[in-house]
Amino acid sequence: MSVDPTVQGWSERELGVEGRVLDVVRAPDPVLSTRGADVDPTDPTTVQLAADLVATMRVSPGCVGLAANQVGVAARVFCVDVSEHPKTRDHHGTFVLCNAEIVEASRNEKAREGCMSVPDLTGDVKRSSRLVVRGQLPGTGAEVTLTANAFEARALQHEIDHTDGFLFLDRVAGAHAIHPRKTYL
Amino acid sequence: MSTPAPLHAITVLGHDRPGIIAETTGRLADLGLNLEDSTMTLLRGHFAMMLLCAGPVEADAIEAALQPLTADGTLTVTVRDVPQADAAGPAGASWVLTVHGGDRPGIVSSVVARVAAVGGNITDLTTRLAGDLYLLVAEIDLPADADVPALEAAVSAAAAELGVGATLRAVEADEL
Repeated sequence: MSVDPTVQGWSERELGVEGRVLDVVRAPDPVLSTRGADVDPTDPTTVQLAADLVATMRVSPGCVGLAANQVGVAARVFCVDVSEHPKTRDHHGTFVLCNAEIVEASRNEKAREGCMSVPDLTGDVKRSSRLVVRGQLPGTGAEVTLTANAFEARALQHEIDHTDGFLFLDRVAGAHAIHPRKTYL
Repeated sequence: MSTPAPLHAITVLGHDRPGIIAETTGRLADLGLNLEDSTMTLLRGHFAMMLLCAGPVEADAIEAALQPLTADGTLTVTVRDVPQADAAGPAGASWVLTVHGGDRPGIVSSVVARVAAVGGNITDLTTRLAGDLYLLVAEIDLPADADVPALEAAVSAAAAELGVGATLRAVEADEL
């Protein structure tokens, strides 16, 4: 697998605005079950939202991704950074995608997931471990198609689900796949 | 064909502590009983176990053998004889239903009523209350002729009335 150099080279500094740390909303807030609106990636509001998502992710322990719905905005924007996670294989560092959609998904693997918006539960979810995603970078609006694997692929599917109004709870493998959280980061 | 050994349904409920399963199953083994299906979980921190065991022992004798478990008053044990169940009927399709939203009375009853109305059989169920969030995950066998889109619409309508969300997905089993 090869990482996309445009996405890998991207950093929130390109946004040119200071990100603000926002409050993360928790289920059952209805915004988490609302499909986000498509955004204009070059709109200053989108650029500020992108910076805010990265800033909020950075201050949240263990956070590897954050979607706009999780800060109360039903818009199809999310950030991801799995670079420090032990289950990561290849990765693109920190990036934000707008209007992202899955183009190809294969090689399902089941693993236990948590979510900042569902702090007391974890769940076993089957996700593709090889993924092709298309979206736009905020600021320039550059169209990118990136291939992700392993943990980055899982994080992308989790975040794209958020922007579609779905939580991992909507994807758990069965009635015995929900667990009370034992450790909090 | 020989008559199958009598089947006993045992429940153990109450305050959780290490060793409840070890003690229960040890006493059943001492009676020569064979454990069949069992399930155990913690429900808001309370120990909850159900198990079926087979063997030619009277229910009263099993109850007497398990009586020490209840001695300090923190656990309740029941023993009932149950008939051997028929083998499962022809398999329909398996589905997973997830419902989540703000806690309020009646979420489970009104959603599962829609499942029952189409002859759907719930084969596994977990509900959890975590803060304000109420979550239901059910595995459902639907009859082969079930109208799945109609059920999905009925479940979504019931969920919408309650201000919660519902998802119905087919169970995928990857044969390896």
